[in-house]
Amino acid sequence: MTTVAVSVAPRPGSPRRTPVASNAVVGMAIFIAAEVMFFAALAAAFTITRISAGGTWPPPGQPRLPVEATAANTAVLLASGIAMVIAGRRSAVHAARSTSALGLALALGAAFVALQGYEWVGLLREGLTMRSGPHGSFFYLIVGAHALHAVAGIIALAVAFARARSGRLAQTYLAGARLYWCFVVLLWPALYWRVYL
Amino acid sequence: MSDAHAHHDEGWVKKYLWSTDHKIIGMQYLFTGMLMALLGGYFAYAFRMQLGFPNQPVPGFGLVSPNEYNALVTNHGTIMIFWVAMPVLIAAFGNFLIPLMIGCDDMVFPRLNRLSYQIFLVSALVLLASFFVPGGGFGGAWTAYPPLSSQAKFSLTPAGSTLWLLAVALEFVAFLIGGINFVTTVMNSRAPGMKWHDIPVVIWMIVIASIVFMASVGPLVAGAVMLLMDQQFGTGFYDPIRGGDPILWQHLFWFFGHPEVYVVLLPAMGIVIEVIAVFSRKKVFAYKMVLYTAFATGILSFFVWAHHQFVAGIDPRMANVFTVTTLLISVPIAEMLFVTIATLYGGSIRLDTPMLWAVAFVAEFLLGGVTGIYLGSSGSDIYFHDTYFVLAHFHYTFVPIAIIAVFAGITYWYPKMFGRMLDERLGKLHFWLTVIAFNFIFIPLFITGAAGDHRRIYDYTKFPDLARPELQNLRALATVATVVMLSAQVIFLYNFFKSMRSGKRAEANPWQANTLEWLAPSPPPHGNFAELPTVHRGPYEYSVPGRDLDYWPQSDPPEDDAAPDAAPEAAR
Repeated sequence: MTTVAVSVAPRPGSPRRTPVASNAVVGMAIFIAAEVMFFAALAAAFTITRISAGGTWPPPGQPRLPVEATAANTAVLLASGIAMVIAGRRSAVHAARSTSALGLALALGAAFVALQGYEWVGLLREGLTMRSGPHGSFFYLIVGAHALHAVAGIIALAVAFARARSGRLAQTYLAGARLYWCFVVLLWPALYWRVYL
Repeated sequence: MSDAHAHHDEGWVKKYLWSTDHKIIGMQYLFTGMLMALLGGYFAYAFRMQLGFPNQPVPGFGLVSPNEYNALVTNHGTIMIFWVAMPVLIAAFGNFLIPLMIGCDDMVFPRLNRLSYQIFLVSALVLLASFFVPGGGFGGAWTAYPPLSSQAKFSLTPAGSTLWLLAVALEFVAFLIGGINFVTTVMNSRAPGMKWHDIPVVIWMIVIASIVFMASVGPLVAGAVMLLMDQQFGTGFYDPIRGGDPILWQHLFWFFGHPEVYVVLLPAMGIVIEVIAVFSRKKVFAYKMVLYTAFATGILSFFVWAHHQFVAGIDPRMANVFTVTTLLISVPIAEMLFVTIATLYGGSIRLDTPMLWAVAFVAEFLLGGVTGIYLGSSGSDIYFHDTYFVLAHFHYTFVPIAIIAVFAGITYWYPKMFGRMLDERLGKLHFWLTVIAFNFIFIPLFITGAAGDHRRIYDYTKFPDLARPELQNLRALATVATVVMLSAQVIFLYNFFKSMRSGKRAEANPWQANTLEWLAPSPPPHGNFAELPTVHRGPYEYSVPGRDLDYWPQSDPPEDDAAPDAAPEAAR
């Protein structure tokens, strides 16, 4: 039995049927579903705490969140998402054509994280910290969790950008990265509505 | 690493520790799970001895202190669920069986698969490390309710509780990666011709369980991050004095914790149904019904969690709703048990060891299910809450799942895993000792629980109304039975390792089963099949009238004389 069947399998797991969606997209979609549940739980926990606190939110004496500046920043992130969708469309025609749109998505995404960090510095100066009560704890937890996801997405975009420039960008990689980035982008307005408004 | 072994074809490290082969990874999970099971069993031995024969030194452990007792109980539960039931039922069987049973050569993400096991191994090591830090292992029960778990001044384990939480979180990451792999592989890599309804039940069950796990684990990870911050960064998410809410953890924990029961139950049920069909030589009764009820169970399992919190101060109107959903979920589970009985009915039953385990699962799980009705009803639960009745109830579900069904699976697929047959005589001896002893552990505990034994008591001699001899004798009986059950596992280990070297050589299909894994040689080589199979019929075509053989492998091409076009259709 040791001599049989050693020659099979050019690539492990290579499908012998035509899948509805590629492995990368299916795997990423499942991962995103789990992530959605993660953020839903954070938002639900925050909502419960906020309701049980009663009265006004943020609690009296706590700093006000930069609602307007973050609204502008939300637009930056959405623009990045649109650029990413365009990159996906273009790469369907030719992989090299997606480079500029990818670069734009990357720059806008990085700008979003940088502006968020700038706002955090201001809030910390005003005395809003993780330990200053549920308001600060939940703010940094939820927005921080999103920021970590955004940073991961930016790294994926940077890799895609570098590969596109050198002409080595695989369609499956781009499809997975695009799906993930769309998740990060579309998640943000929901969190903004829940946490800031 | 590979340099040292460059002169070999494949070095030992590369082949067994750094492999991306799904079978090796499955075995890694299996052996890690078995090691952890020994540890969990040892913990149970130590604290059962303290309960049965209080305040005497335990042979092989020494005197059990109250803090050690708490850590032993907590980590027994944690290990048995997260490091035994999950890795063996889902990861080991899932990894080993999925590519073989759907007829492909490996998982779609083999390197992610390897990463999954490596993270799992790290999580086990972190948990083991937590026993040796100052203050000892975490002792706040496997449910880790705050404030006991969130503040060191209550738990007395400043480092142990954080390491425990970290280990659990890492373990979830490992299974998240594994689950993505399982579902994607089954979706995209099935053999040509294998339609949804040609997938064996056990594969469906592992897939549904993975989906349920991945959908429920996010909230617990969110809760765990918050708990970790409460422990280490001074936040107050669960601290009512600072505007937090301790009940919040219970919701997040049980929103995962109850689906988790079905995450381990469904694969166990799948194994049992698989074994019962093969050893009854009969088609699974109502295959599609099993499938749809499994999905229904998965969905319903997300709406029962608050039955763990009936006395935690939740709104009684909410308790009513959760009573209804809880009793409702027993319907699909009962339906699956009836399916196994209906499959047995009129079959040509062969009572080999795997079949004994499978039938025992049905009998013992039934007891666990029936006693759950008292606990699911919010009224009677007020009395039973946190007693040994609860403990006996969930052991009557978890032992059949994590022990009995696992043994059914191991004894059934052992020839495929190792290419040898297990010793039947030793197997049956091990079976009877384990199952009889199991009942002698937990039936007495139903009685002590109904008499008022609280779960978290270290020393009953301090409670005059519970220290009565008739109750203490039952506790001692349960302890002795625990020792017998654990000792019986020596027979299994002997059989397991001895047969690996000197058991009778197994042919490719020793049980005359239909599913694709039996087409591959035993044990399957790298790449699994000499020629990747094509599927022509459903997995349970046993005793088909008009055929000489009483089985009909899924990959056998249709016979020409019997209307070639109609054959695959009629088989469904």
